[in-house]
Formats: sequence, C-alpha cells, structure tokens
Amino acid sequence: MTTSAPVRVVPAPRELTTQPRFSDKVFRTVVTIGGLSSLLILGLIAIFLAYRGYEVLRQEGFKFLTSSDWSISVDDAGNVVDSTFGLAAMLVGTILCSIVAVAIALPISVFSALFLNFYAPGWLKKILIAVIDMMAAFPSILFGIWGFLVLMPSVEYWAKLLNNYFGFLPFLKLEPYVVTRSPFVAGVVLAIMIIPIVTSVAREIFSQAPLDRIQAAYALGATRWAMIKAVVIPHGKSGVIGGAMLGLGRAMGETVAVYSVLNIVFQVNWQVLLGAGGNVASLIILKFGEASPYEIKALMAAGLVLFLLTLVVNAIADLIVRGTGKSGR
Amino acid sequence: MTTISTPTPTRPWLPSTKDKLRDLFFFLLSIVATYVIVAITPMKGKLAYFILFFLLYMSLTAGLQYFARGSAAAKDAFVSSLVAVGAVLTVMPIASIIGTVVSKGYKGLHLGILTTDMSLAAPTDPIANGGLLHAITGTLTLVVLALIMSVPIGILTALYLTEIQGSLSRPIQFLVQAMSGVPSIVAGLFILSAVLYPITKGYSGLMGALALTILMIPTVARTSQEVLKLIPDDLREAGVALGGTQWRTVAMIVLPAARSGLITAVILGIARIAGETAPLLLLTGGGDTVNPNAFNGSIGSLPYYIWKSFNAGSPEAITRAWAGLLVLMIIVLVLFTLARLLGTRKVAR
Repeated sequence: MTTSAPVRVVPAPRELTTQPRFSDKVFRTVVTIGGLSSLLILGLIAIFLAYRGYEVLRQEGFKFLTSSDWSISVDDAGNVVDSTFGLAAMLVGTILCSIVAVAIALPISVFSALFLNFYAPGWLKKILIAVIDMMAAFPSILFGIWGFLVLMPSVEYWAKLLNNYFGFLPFLKLEPYVVTRSPFVAGVVLAIMIIPIVTSVAREIFSQAPLDRIQAAYALGATRWAMIKAVVIPHGKSGVIGGAMLGLGRAMGETVAVYSVLNIVFQVNWQVLLGAGGNVASLIILKFGEASPYEIKALMAAGLVLFLLTLVVNAIADLIVRGTGKSGR
Repeated sequence: MTTISTPTPTRPWLPSTKDKLRDLFFFLLSIVATYVIVAITPMKGKLAYFILFFLLYMSLTAGLQYFARGSAAAKDAFVSSLVAVGAVLTVMPIASIIGTVVSKGYKGLHLGILTTDMSLAAPTDPIANGGLLHAITGTLTLVVLALIMSVPIGILTALYLTEIQGSLSRPIQFLVQAMSGVPSIVAGLFILSAVLYPITKGYSGLMGALALTILMIPTVARTSQEVLKLIPDDLREAGVALGGTQWRTVAMIVLPAARSGLITAVILGIARIAGETAPLLLLTGGGDTVNPNAFNGSIGSLPYYIWKSFNAGSPEAITRAWAGLLVLMIIVLVLFTLARLLGTRKVAR
C-alpha cells in the first residue's frame, strides 16, 4: 500500500509593505483636505476683499490709511461724482478703544487669575471658572445693549472724575467738554468683554508654573506673594502678554458692542475721554445700510485692513503664548 | 501600669477660630468706617463706597500684619486683598448683566411669544402684540445650516492635527488660531463679496449660515482637538494591533470614545454663533415673518430682532429687545451648562 507523498502547497508569501491601504489613502486625503480648509478660507477672505476693494485702494493709494475724510457724492443717475475715503480716524479710534480695553482688562485679569490659582478655596475656584468661561461665551450684542443702557451713565461719571483729578495728564485732557459716547466708554465695555478671555489664558499659564519651585519657595519661608513674585510671575510673564495681545485682537474686531456705545466722528481724535471716536468695524455697520455700490467697495477695503490688522495681532499673540507653553520653565 | 498618651493631631497652618474672628472683626470694622466716612465727607456714590472699603480693609489688614509679623507679611496681606478685588471686578459685570436682563426682560415675555411673529406688530404696539416665532425659527435654521457645514470641517481639522500629524500640523494649528480671531464683521463682508453679490444677489438664511460657519469652525476644531488628545494612545495601538486600518481605528474606536467630548465641542460652537449679530446684519435681511425657506428671502433671527427693536427706540421696542436678550441668554446658558455636564466626562464609554 503506497500513498503518494503529500504535496506541499506553499502559499505565496504575503507582500509586506509599509504603504497604507487604499482606504487609508482616501482617509488621509480627505482629512488633509479638511485640515487645509482653514488655509483656504483665510486665503479666500484676503483675496475676495482685496479684489472688491482694489478699485478704491488704487484710487486712494496710501491716503486710504492717512487721510480721515469719508465722503461720496452721487448724481441723480447714480454715477459717482466725487469721493474720498480715508480710514485714519477709524484706525486711530480702533487702536485707542482697544488700548483702553487692554489697559483696564490686563491688571484685573492677572489679579483674578492669581486669585483663582493661588488664593481661592477649591469650591469657589470651580464656580468662578464656570462663571468666567460662561461670560466668554456671552454674545456681544448683550454687552453692547447692557453697556449702552446700564453701564454708560456710570462710566461717563467716572470719566468726569478722571478728568477732574487727572486732567493734567495729556491723554486725559478734555476739550471741548463732551464725555458722552467716548472711546473711554467703548474701551470699558470692551474691557469687560475681554476680561474672561485674558483671565483664562493667564490662569492656564499660571497653573503651569513648576510645582517644585513653588514648593521650594514655600520651604524657604516665602509668603504667598513672595512665592508669586519669585516663581509665578517670571514664569508666566510673556504668556500673559500674549494673552493680552489675544484680547487686543478681539477688541479690535468687535463690532456691535462698540457701535452701540461709540459716537463715530470722521476726525482723528487722540483724547480718550472726548465723545468722538472711530472704529473700523463700526464704520462698516454704520455706512453699509445706505451705501452705494462704489462705497461698498470702500467698505470692503476697510474690511481688508481690519482683517490684516487682527491677523497680525493674533499671530504675534499666538507665537508668544505658544512659545511659553513649550519652554515649560 | 503605663498610660499611653496619644497627642491629638493639630493643624498649626490653618487659621484658628481666633484668627477668623479677628478677620471678621476687621471686615465689619471697614464696612462701618466706610459708611461713616461716606456719610460725613462730600464723597458720595457707589464708587466711593467701593474704593473706600477696599482701601480701608487693605490698610487695616496690612497694618495688622506689619505689626504682628513684619513687612513681608504686610505685603502678602496687601496682595491678598488686591487679587480678591480683581476677582470681584471680574464677576461683577456678569452679575449685573444677568440681573438687568432678567429684571427688564421678564416684562416683555407673554404667552404668545412663541406662537406669533412681528409681521403684524409695529414697534410701538403694546407688548402683547407680536412675538419671537420668526426670530427663533430663523436662528434655529441658521444654526442648523452652519452646523451641517462647520462640524465636518472642524472635526476633520482636529483629526488632521491629532491623528495624521503631518508636516502641515504646525501651520494649520496656527491658521486655526488665526481664524478664531477673524472679526465677525469681516466674515460677513467676505460672504457678501464672494457669494451674495456675484451669485445669489439676495438676502437668505444660507448667506448668514455661511458666515456663521467661518466663525464656528475654529471653535469646533480647537475643542475637538483638545478632546481627541485626551484619548489614550493605547486605544489607537489596540485598534491597529487587531489589524484595523487607520481609517477603521479612527472611525470605530477613537471617535466613539471621544463622542461626548465632540458633542461638547459642537455645543460650544453653537453657543459661539447663536448670538452673533454683525454678519447677520449684512447678510440675512432680518424679515419680520416666519420664512421656512432658508435659501431664499430675508430671514429673521434673535440677534437681528434684538438689534432692530433696540434701534427702534420706543419703550415697547426696548422692552422687546430685553425680552429677546433674555431668551438669547437663556439659550446660551442652557447650551453652556449642557456642554459642561457632558464635558466633565470627556472620555466616557
């Protein structure tokens, strides 16, 4: 009895490869395209605003940033007879309002971030963080209307006090004596809007202060303030500045809240307390309603300037904040 | 017989009852002193109370510490009161906002507010005429449309940053951050110039939703990224070890594990855009009737309604604006609470 030798069937060796499968290739492509959407959108914003505003930008040239006239006259047929567009007053106003906002918000935010991290008992800390985060999510129209109807009378009173007692300082001068709807009022409203943002950035940065150094400071007999001065502030300084820049970017782009409380005047005004200010974003809302097609182009150009301004401020802020996050100590 | 005495544990670092009583005494003393000073000097008003109380309390505690323990302790006490004031100043506006909106807004609420729109009501009509139906349906339409467009893009961006981590990770991270700083009015102008003027040539809900999408993407992307980072790598490795492709691992393991966190991201995104006003003023037209067609014709929304009533200026209209703000605030509060409840168990299964 013989049996034939079993035939050994050797399966062909599976091809070993580090190439991703087809499904993975599709997946990676789709995700990468999704990831690139932010680049696409930002690019499109710049391109379209530049394209629409090109005509005005070419006509006005550099004067668009340095002059502060904003006028357009149209004849009966709807043809533009004469027009000058200049953003200087609005840019100065935007910068003024946001600087006031940051100057008020920064100390308050740093103090409350220190309080949250090193002073508040656990239960209070939890509640406060929830409240402050929630405040950051409040819509700007809420701040605008509340600012106009509730806050403005008090702030005007504060402005008068400031002028009375510190009027000798050049930036607190007030002539003519008009305090209603000034950049100061807008700055206070903006400050209230950005305090939650700056506070949470500062809190985040302070909480990354190296624990071993904190404990070392305490072990050497430091009081809480001495510890903060020696460990927390050197560690968090640049991060807090970055957070303030982030708040500055927010304040510059804010529209509705500023428009509700600010008196917009086409004249460069550096007096914080004087009731005549400007704001690029508010200008767009103000002029949009009755604007002719040519003026809309000017508004698009103004939008482009605002976009680039906030982009630069945010980019610097982001670099500063991320730089400190990485270095650790 | 020997007695073993066990020392009772003490906590010398905690403030004793005597310390607490003393602090309370100084607190009350500064209140009384503030009151007296305001009464006898020409300084008047809430501001005077606030500043005087702060100065008095600060100098009392710091002075006490100075005599008890020296200048370092005095500085410490001084800073303690300073940071507490910072926290109070941070929270005071929000208390005032919530208080005002509730106390002024409830007068504008009535039964018909959810069933009627403003098509037959003038700004000066009594409060009982008209309602918020068009605004609420409009906001709902805008939010749903923006959701459909922004959630996939936002989550894909987050997936790119956490799962693929390609060479573009850093620039994209930077761009997402930059995008979150785009002013809302610029987003509105962009849609106006890129879509409304050349293509549709008319107000519609879709235009508003497109602008809101731009504002919502960075919020969704950044929150989702935080959540996806929290998913342990063990899960991803387990998926790959079982023979799954990256696609299967992400779709069937990572995303389900991050589910509640992703929902939080979406809710925070909605809270971000629900009250956004500026782009809607440019793009939606703000009609007074319910418009079921999101792709054609002007559409109302809560922020637009509030803005319109606020600018109409009559007492009834202002009351309507407060009522609208109350409804909007309640929506944001509910969304936010929901997000926090879900967010506390980010990696739940």
